[in-house]
Amino acid sequence: MFAVAAIALLVTLALVLVRSILGPTVFDRTLAANTVGTVAVMLLAVIGFLLGRPEFLDLAIIYGLLNVIGTIAVLKFFRYGDLGDPGNGDTEGKTTEGRT
Amino acid sequence: MSLFIDVLSWIFLVAGGFFCLVGAVGMLRMPDFYTRMHASSVIETLGVGFLLAGMAMQAGLTLVTVKLAVIGMLVLFASPTASHALANAALARGVEPILDQGKASSNT
Repeated sequence: MFAVAAIALLVTLALVLVRSILGPTVFDRTLAANTVGTVAVMLLAVIGFLLGRPEFLDLAIIYGLLNVIGTIAVLKFFRYGDLGDPGNGDTEGKTTEGRT
Repeated sequence: MSLFIDVLSWIFLVAGGFFCLVGAVGMLRMPDFYTRMHASSVIETLGVGFLLAGMAMQAGLTLVTVKLAVIGMLVLFASPTASHALANAALARGVEPILDQGKASSNT
C-alpha cells in the first residue's frame, strides 16, 4: 500500500531533479530544491510506514525544519549577497540589516 | 470499520501520489518561473495533505499521528513562507513573468 506512494514520490523526485538541472534561472533551482525537500519529508514519512519504523518521522520533522531554513538562507544570499549587482558597489560589505 | 478505514487511507495515499506526480509534471512543463511555482504548490498542499491524511488514518490515534500533524503544520506554514520569499526575490532580481500579450499563441 505504501509502496505505491513511495514509488510516486520517487518519480516526483526524479522529475523535480530534472527541473533543477535544466532550470534557466537560479530561482528555478531554488524552487526545485525546496520541492525536493518537501518530497523528501514525505518520502521519509512513507518509508517509516513502509518499514514499520516510526522513528523516521522524527527525521522527517528535522528535514522539514532544515529545508525551510536552507531556502530562506539561499534566497537571502542571492538577494543581498555579491553576485554582480550593478546597483550596489560594496560587495564585501555584507549588509546584515538590509531592509526589504 | 477497519476495512473502511483501510480502503479510505489507500485512496488517500494514491491520490497524494497522483497529485505529487501532477505537480512534478507541471514543474517540468510550465513555461515560466511563476507558473512553475504554482505547480510546486500543488505538491506542497494537495500531495502532502493527502499523503499525511492517508498515513494518519493508517496509524490511528497514537503518537505517530501527532508527529504527522506536526509535519503537516510545518509544511503548511513553511512552504508559503518560502514561496513568498522566492517570488519576492525573483521579482526584486528582475525575473519577468510571461504576460498574456497576443492571446493567440497557445503553444505548449
